[in-house]
Parts: sequence; structure tokens; C-alpha cells
Amino acid sequence: MTTLPQPGHADGQGAFRAPFLSRMHEWIATADHKKLGVMYVTTGLIFFLIGGLEATMMRWQLAVPGNTILSPEDFNRLFTMHGTTMVFLVGMPILLGVANYFVPLQIGARDLAFPRLNAFGFWLFLFGGLLLYFSYFGAQGLYGMGSAPDVGWFAYAPLTERTYSRGHSTDYWILGLLVSSFGSIATGINLITTILTMRCRGMTLMKMPLLVWLMLIDAILIMIAMPPLAAAQVMLLFDRLMGAHFFDPQGGGSAVLWQNLFWFFGHPEVYILILPAFAYVSEIIPVFCRKVIFGYPLMVAATVSIGFISLGVWVHHMFALGLSPMVNTIFMGSTFLIAIPTGIKMFNWVGTMFGGKIRFDTPMLFSTGFLAMFLIGGLTGVMLATVPFDWQVSDSYFVVGHFHYVLFGGLVFSIFAAIYYWFPKVTGKMLSEKLGKCQFWLLFIGFNLTFGPMHVSGMLGMPRRIYTYHADRGWELWNMLSSIGVLIQIAGVLFFAWNVFRSLRSGKDAGADPWDAWTLEWSTTSPPPEYNFEEEPVVHSRRPLWDLKHPEDPDWKYE
Amino acid sequence: MSATPTSPATTILSPPEAAPQAMDSGKCGMLCLICSEITFFGTLLAVYLFYLGKDLPGTPTPTEVLEVSAAPMKVVFNSIFLLTSSIWITLAVRALRKGAMGAFAFWWFLTILFGAEFLVGTGMEWYGMIAEQGLTIRTNLFGSGFYTVVGFHAAHVTIGLILLSLVFVLTLLGFMHKRHAEKIELLSWYWHFVDGIWIAVFTIVYIIGR
Repeated sequence: MTTLPQPGHADGQGAFRAPFLSRMHEWIATADHKKLGVMYVTTGLIFFLIGGLEATMMRWQLAVPGNTILSPEDFNRLFTMHGTTMVFLVGMPILLGVANYFVPLQIGARDLAFPRLNAFGFWLFLFGGLLLYFSYFGAQGLYGMGSAPDVGWFAYAPLTERTYSRGHSTDYWILGLLVSSFGSIATGINLITTILTMRCRGMTLMKMPLLVWLMLIDAILIMIAMPPLAAAQVMLLFDRLMGAHFFDPQGGGSAVLWQNLFWFFGHPEVYILILPAFAYVSEIIPVFCRKVIFGYPLMVAATVSIGFISLGVWVHHMFALGLSPMVNTIFMGSTFLIAIPTGIKMFNWVGTMFGGKIRFDTPMLFSTGFLAMFLIGGLTGVMLATVPFDWQVSDSYFVVGHFHYVLFGGLVFSIFAAIYYWFPKVTGKMLSEKLGKCQFWLLFIGFNLTFGPMHVSGMLGMPRRIYTYHADRGWELWNMLSSIGVLIQIAGVLFFAWNVFRSLRSGKDAGADPWDAWTLEWSTTSPPPEYNFEEEPVVHSRRPLWDLKHPEDPDWKYE
Repeated sequence: MSATPTSPATTILSPPEAAPQAMDSGKCGMLCLICSEITFFGTLLAVYLFYLGKDLPGTPTPTEVLEVSAAPMKVVFNSIFLLTSSIWITLAVRALRKGAMGAFAFWWFLTILFGAEFLVGTGMEWYGMIAEQGLTIRTNLFGSGFYTVVGFHAAHVTIGLILLSLVFVLTLLGFMHKRHAEKIELLSWYWHFVDGIWIAVFTIVYIIGR
């Protein structure tokens, strides 16, 4: 292995360590995609802890019937902040951060197309998040009724109108998300441009790694779906601050229109969050099964069709609203339709594992967990897409169980898979396999214990967003199980924190390519130098490093 | 562990390479920005269309307001100014490509002038509506929709004018050269987009909506 000195890369051993202030300055003033990627993911993980704390408080309150730890008002604030945080301040920054770091590396570029716009996007996201949380201190307003937003993460009108939401809490919700979603749009545009115009020589579209393909479609969805949310939020802001009437039924406005606008953003948003999960496991599974991904062109086609169809399914969030049977049926159909490309992906991952030499290292363990948990979430999704069934369980804990299987079992498990897979590249240190496996099993058991019983309590009629319940409903056992599960999950997250802390201090050195992987990011050092590659790479197949390691049997002969 | 930071091409027999990407990243980024702007305005216009004719009885309707004070001919007059400014900016970019700095400055200034005229026209229209007709954003749904849609368009014109003026000042100071033509063309794309959106706003607000 060559040991050329790498400028901008301190390997910790006897290297010169700049004073604290100048290191801070380096991070704050940076426009480097790798530093910004690390900042995105770190901030996302911090918000993940805050959002998790909010969930823990809610589960504590719901553990036994008639509990009085939280007031109803506090409970409303907690579920609003939990949902908003997890979607906008955890999911979005982590997916943008990983894309920031690895899209340029995987396409052999030295940075994103617009590095300063990239930094601008990150700071918009961060200050948007801080603005949202500042509501806890600043939202009192003139009415003394403020504190954090309490209107739910989808903020249905007319509850958000001035008449019903006094003070400024809802304004903070609007402005915080507006600011951070402008950052997301900027970074989305940046990613599209990078992928379309900065690929290294030889990398045609059909030779891009699947992560790059999925992030391309993801960024296109961000570009199309987030501006309508911004428009809707601006209209709501005009209602609240200037007395416009868009969503104010007394002035002739329509509360249903808000639901349409919100979910026109909201459903693509679900796919914006889950496509990166698909991306991570599509990178990890082949490497740990020692096989090429099964059905690459079909994976690409399925991704593109998911992107298209996801723009036309939003009304399935509104089946209980009383729209015409014709509208409901059409959207039921389109929602069933989207299960097909998703199913294709499922079969392709299983097809990749089939007959492979599977190594169950932690990234693979989390990916396998993802497959199973996401499958359950997908199947309950198909159940919920059926209008008559949806009418029975709409807004119940069944729905809460369903989307946590998708977003926690799906997205969060794959994020941990991605962290275990790419942490060695980012830091140069391996995470501990032992601690990682402990974390996986704790999280897996805790997760299922928390969200599995929610399907039952939902079927038994427990509505979501209630702050307490009577003892005679038969919900006690299921709620208690859910709350116990949270404790096990917390233990899992602590294992993760300890693992990161320990490996940063004294982890095993990773080397450039610890997993014997095939995409370009593993061809440079860990961590990569500021310029990523000494010379521009040239690729001839989807697995450039395979070609390099096996010159006698390169991939490009068969693709 | 043994992979070295070199490119794969150095060690293997290469099949023919694909050509590098044809598209310039500035152009791609600007097109993406325009796409996202279109979905933003699309949402506003969809809402405007949805609320047409749904005003509470007894409040001013689009027909009353737009017929009387705004005087349709004035709006058409202003629109012609905005739309022709697209022609001037195209001529300006063409002049810059050839390195004809005098012609560039002239056409560029004409673009700013015509854009500014449109903005002044919008201001006068709003003044008439607010002061004489008493229509504000809080009057009714029409007021809310009208000021939001037209206001966001005017805001985009304003941003465009600020950027155009910046380029004009840089030109006068002698910082603008032939080699900047590619970037200046991107700005002209934004300006064309602002004009194009106006065609949609005009059609929906002043033709269909009336």
C-alpha cells in the first residue's frame, strides 16, 4: 500500500493537530462534500436522539392506562415534534449526508457540482431545525399560549388557522420547515446536476452504482415534491400573518385543499425517505453475498417507476375523508400498482442472496433485518391501501405500527447498515463487530416488541394521538409491551453510541477496502483525501474494483 | 487491503471508453431550478383555479375588480414590455458571445428598463386595487389568491432585476467579458422562465379567471 502524505488528512498518529478554533473554522467554512456529509449525518443522529427522547416520553405516558406524567397539551406537542423531527431533521439530513459523501466518490468526481450551494443547503437545514426547536422558548407570543407546535406533523387545517392555534407555535413549524426544505431542494438540484454531468470517463448511466441511480431518482422527487409543500406553507403563513383565507373555511377556504397539497408532497416524501434505504442495501447485499446484484436493469426500471407512481398515490392518506368512490378507487389502484416495482426490488435482493456466499457481518445483518421488517411494513401498506380496510383502522395504532415498520424497520435499519458499512471509509476505523451484533439484536427485538403490538391495539380500536385511555378497553397489555420494547431499543442505541465512541478512540485500522468491495469509493484511502482521487478514474463496468482485482476475468466482458 | 489509490485503467486491457457527458453543469442546475420553480408556481396556480368562483357572496369578484380598476389594456401593455424584454436579453447574450460589449450593454440595459416598467405597472395596478377598489389579501379568496400569485411572480421579477442590474454594473466597471457568455446565458434562461410563468399567470388570472 502506498503511503504518500495526504494533505488535509490527519491520520491521528503523531500528526500535527491544529488548535481547536482553527479546526472549528475549518468545519464551519468548509464546502467539501465529505465534511458536509459527516456534518449532515452527525446532526441527523443528534436529532434522532432528541426525537427518540420525545417518543420515549410518549411511551412512558401510555405504558399504563390513566397515566398523568404528561398533560394532554404536552402530549400533543411531543407527537408533533417527534413526527416533524424524524421526517425532516433525521431522515432528510442523513439521506442527503450519505449522498453528499458517497455520490461523488462512487462516480469518480472530486466534489458536488456546486460546493458552496451544498454548504448553503446544509446550513439552511441546520438553522431550519434550530428554528423549529426554538419554538419551545420563543413561541409564547402575545397570547401566552405558545410553546412548541401541537398540530401534528401534517398540520391539518383549520386547526392551524389563527382562530384555533394562537401564539406563534404554528408559525415556527411553518418557517422552520420552509427554511430546511429550501436547503433540501438546493441539495437535491446539486445532486441531480452532479450525477448527470460529473461522472468519470466510461461511467455511462447504466454503469452507475445503484446508490447513484436511486439518489438520482430521489433528488428528482425532492425537486418536484418539496416546492408544492413550500407553496402550501407560504399560503398557510399568509393566512396566519396577513389574514388571507386559503385554508380558512369561514372565509370560504378549503381544509380539504390543505390535505391534498400536504399529501401531494407527503407521499412522495415517504419515497424520498425509503429510496435511500433501498440504495444502501443495494450496495451492501451484493458485497456481502459475493455476487453481482441480481437484475440490475430491472432494479433501475423499478426505481424509475416507483418515482413516477409515487407522485400519483397521495389520496390514500385521505380515504376516510369522504371523497367520491371513484376517486378512492383510482387511488387504491395506483397504490396497489406501486407495490409491484417495490416487490420486484424485494425479489432482486433475495435473488442476490440466493446461492451467494453470505457473510453475516453487521452491515449485512442490518440489511437482512431491513428486508424482513420492510416486507412487513409493505404488506400492511397493501392492506391499508384497500379502502374498506382503511376505513376500519384509519388513524388507529395499526397505521402507527405500519409506518414505523416502513420508516424504522426500513429506513433506520438500513441507515445503521450504511453506517456500519461506510464508517471505516469515513473515519479509517472499523466499528466493533461484537458491539454491532449486540446492537442489532437489541434493536431488532426492541423494535418488534414496540411496534408489533401496535397492530393489535390498533385493531382493538385504539386511536393514534390520544394522550391516555381507560383501563377497560383491553389495550393495557399491548401498550405495556410497546413501552417495554422502547427500553430495549434505548439499550441498542446506547450500544451504538459506545461503539462509535470506542472505535473513534481505539478502533482497528480499516485500510482502503476492508469489505473487499467493488465500487470506486473503496479505491481511495480511508478517509479519502480532500481531492478524492489522485487521477480521474476510468471505469469499464458496474464493478470497477472487481475489474482491477481480477484482470483475468473482468466484468466488462459480460455486461 | 491491498487496493492502491490508482485508477483501474492502468492495469487492465480497456474496451472502448464512453464519451464524457455532453451537458454543462451550470445549464443542468439552472434547468433543475426552473423545474422546481414550475412546481411551486403550478401549486399556486392550481389553488387559484380551484378557488375561482368560490368567493363568499357580497365580496368583490375577479370580474368586477379586474374590469374596472386594472383596465385590461394596461395589463396587456405591461405584459408586452415584459415579454419583449426576453428578445432584448437574447440579443444581449448574442452580442456578448461576439464580444461586442457596447451592444451587450445597450441590449442589457433595455432588458432592465422593460422589466422595470413591468414592475412599475404591477405596482400601479396594485395601488389602484388597494386604494380605490379596497381589495386586499384579507378581503376574500380572490384577494388572497390574486396577491399571492401575482406577488410571487413580481418577487421573481424583482430578483431577476437585481441580478440583471448587478451584471450591468459589472459591465460598466469593465469586469464583463466574452468568456462570461455561458454564465450570462444562464441568467437569461432565468429571465425567460420569469416571462414564461407570466404567460401562465396572465392566461389564468386575466383570461380564464375573468
